[in-house]
Amino acid sequence: MIGIRSYGGYIPHYRMNRLVIFGSMGWINPANILNAQGEKAVANFDEDSVTMAAAAAADCVTDFNRDLIGGVYFASTTASYKERLCANLVAGALATREDVRTADFGNGLKAGTTALISALDAVSAGTAENVVVSAADCRLGTMGSPQELMFGDGAAAFMVGDTDVIAEFKGSYSTGHDFVDHFRGSGAKFDRQWEERWIRDVGFGEFIPEVVNGLCDKYGVTTGDFAKVIYPCYYGGARKAINKKLTLEPDQVIDNLQAVVGDTGTAQPLLMLVKALEESKPGDKILLVSYGSGCDALFFEVTDNIHKFPSRRGFMGNLNRRAELDNYVKYLTWRRMVPVEMGLRGEEQKWTRWSLMWRHHKEMLSLEGSKCKACGTVQFPPQRVCVKPECGAIDQSEPVVLSDKGGKIGTFTSDMLAASINPPAVYGTVNFNGGGRYVFDFTDCTVDDLTVGNPIDFSFRIKYYDQANDITDYFWKAVPVTEGAE
Amino acid sequence: MAEGIKDKVVILGMGCTKFGERWNSSSEDLSIDAFTECIEDAGIEKKDIQAVWVATHFDEINVGKGGNFLGTALKLPLVPVTRTENFCASGTEAFRGACYGVASGAYDIVLALGVEKLKDVGYGGLPGTPAFGQMQAIMGPNATAPGMFAQLATAYSAAYNMPMEKIKEAMAHISWKSHQNGTRNPRAHLRKAIPLEQILSAPMIAYPLGLFDCCGVSDGSACAIVTTPEIAKKIKPNDEQVKVKAIQVSVSSGEEVLYTDWDGAGMLTTRHAATEAYKEAGIKNPRKEISMMEVHDCFSITELATMEDLYISEPGKAPNDVLDGFFDLDGQIPCQPDGGLKCFGHPIAASGLRMLFEMYNQLLGRWPEDRAVKNPKYGLTHNLGGVPNQNVCSVAIVGL
Repeated sequence: MIGIRSYGGYIPHYRMNRLVIFGSMGWINPANILNAQGEKAVANFDEDSVTMAAAAAADCVTDFNRDLIGGVYFASTTASYKERLCANLVAGALATREDVRTADFGNGLKAGTTALISALDAVSAGTAENVVVSAADCRLGTMGSPQELMFGDGAAAFMVGDTDVIAEFKGSYSTGHDFVDHFRGSGAKFDRQWEERWIRDVGFGEFIPEVVNGLCDKYGVTTGDFAKVIYPCYYGGARKAINKKLTLEPDQVIDNLQAVVGDTGTAQPLLMLVKALEESKPGDKILLVSYGSGCDALFFEVTDNIHKFPSRRGFMGNLNRRAELDNYVKYLTWRRMVPVEMGLRGEEQKWTRWSLMWRHHKEMLSLEGSKCKACGTVQFPPQRVCVKPECGAIDQSEPVVLSDKGGKIGTFTSDMLAASINPPAVYGTVNFNGGGRYVFDFTDCTVDDLTVGNPIDFSFRIKYYDQANDITDYFWKAVPVTEGAE
Repeated sequence: MAEGIKDKVVILGMGCTKFGERWNSSSEDLSIDAFTECIEDAGIEKKDIQAVWVATHFDEINVGKGGNFLGTALKLPLVPVTRTENFCASGTEAFRGACYGVASGAYDIVLALGVEKLKDVGYGGLPGTPAFGQMQAIMGPNATAPGMFAQLATAYSAAYNMPMEKIKEAMAHISWKSHQNGTRNPRAHLRKAIPLEQILSAPMIAYPLGLFDCCGVSDGSACAIVTTPEIAKKIKPNDEQVKVKAIQVSVSSGEEVLYTDWDGAGMLTTRHAATEAYKEAGIKNPRKEISMMEVHDCFSITELATMEDLYISEPGKAPNDVLDGFFDLDGQIPCQPDGGLKCFGHPIAASGLRMLFEMYNQLLGRWPEDRAVKNPKYGLTHNLGGVPNQNVCSVAIVGL
């Protein structure tokens, strides 16, 4: 049986009430008040599609032997690189083997489901197993645009395979249309859209029924057979019309998360699928539909394995870990939408030396340290000469991945002098659970959240952005484990 | 068995510029000023100098690499000029090189000079250049010196289960005391007395360090000419001799930054260097025998932890000693009688020699009564370079 073995989700820590945006930008487009309801999830200053995809993928492979992962697919329309495979960054963050299939999918919002279909096809063909698909987006609208209000940031990930499947893949149906409702040119930072009435009536209104009917015809089912139907569309009126057209009852249709997250692009239908799986029972048939430059429709049936599927952050766990972002200009600063003064200290040049990065890529991407075979001491970065004063063995170490070990706070500070677009820089010594220590940045917190001895988890984040060379560099940061969030 | 250099080297003369924001002086200017004072004090001529050790730290924004700048600035007569760089211990390292040159018998008269020009960067604080190589620059936090040293305070609070308020109070007293001493010193960078309340309510730089917990960022130069006791006797037959009793340096083993046993509340290197220095100088009870100290108070918390690391205060008890006035100018062991890094200023590679300049002049009784330490016998200087978990420490002891 082929299908979904596991799922994971990621919603960034910060949420912004849309009225905060409207309060600052409503003057330029008062009609936007119609879009200014609920809140949207906002990536932190050190997050992007790659880091969010890595977080969702890590959630997805919780307690799974990383050596058994056979492929990593990354889907996004907001990848940090045009040339440099971001799937390798996600795979690195998962500490998979390097002899696995990696691929990026992009350029259309249905890329997330297309990546999922491709992974299912590979498993089906027997050319790969346990393929992780992670989709994330962090799309930007211009200041005052409807998109700025509608878009949210987030990610969802699935592992597909042929054993322990929690949702069997029954089949798919796809369409491709050069229907340019939204677009970004190769150098564009902001989304552009055509008239919303046209998008609503011709785009969502016709293409979603088209692909749903196509799938139903192909597999001899009706919409009434599905316990849960997932399709993206943030126009309330259009959703009603589509439901009517497809004779869908309200309890069949999964909420579009617009009020709590926003439209997460390639991740949108997948994040809704995570939510659906969290609420599903064996035998439930699920119809997953994506939208953007055409549609993919995927047909799943939930198995008995759903009962023994271990809990994880998924959708609900992430939704409940939150902090309010009540400052619109801070949002603009985080997204590098406005020039901001970081002081001359912030202009010191940061060289990225790629040959050196390659030598150290496992410690940077996978937080791989070393463990002394002579005395068992774990150390990071990896050491050829053991640091334990009584040991000192040379070249007796073996690699050990530390990103999933968690740790405890050893020391901390919050630094107003350090150059940062999100001052103060909060950092300190973290002692890895099981040994070893390193000085990490803390993120998704303030200094008030830190106490010596308290637990942290590691999170893959943007370490720095070199604007002159358009280089986004990634490393791990420490996030305090907050009580009651899990 | 090595016996050390106790009493084998004498400081023949010293010089030190005024430290501060010397906008109109270059490294060369500062070096020439310190050297001119030093050679006059030593009573020798330039041709008598047989070797030179020179310390600079930020070569990127300073005088470049090597010792050429000093040879050219002072027009030294083709003698060896060796540049030392070892973070904030750079100046003491130059002094160590000079002393070893004399003690080994290789040279009769040697110059050690430290100079740093920090105020050509364009922003406050130290230059933000990577100090620990490219990998740490990429993977480590975008940390600053106050941020790294501030963690001593959070670790100290956790190690001794001491409320941060009490640590802040002791830190404030340390800075208050150094400002008091700085007002009396015409060469100091910061010469204003600051009330305790103002210190405690200052803006936060890196939690829990406020503005007045951080030392001055200054330009300056200091230097020493050293020789043997015999030659010193010939040049200055009637003068008391300030002798070198010990110089020790200790560098982190990686234990602090990699191994989880270190509690972060004090420096392993300082404890090691102090132990070795007391042994070299023959000091059994430093709390009783040391007359005065110039320690590396880059931040008030560093001075606090250092009092324990130097075995002057018992572990966890430095705040009590500080608040009792033990280290005040009229206390049992005056610490930072010249204002310290806090107020005299901290041009990185000049600081070690600046501290020795203070000890030298105190020992010779050259300072006015309002800032003279009474009947000093041993003066201790201490530098701590790098950051608490990766550092270099130097401890020097000079005496009569």
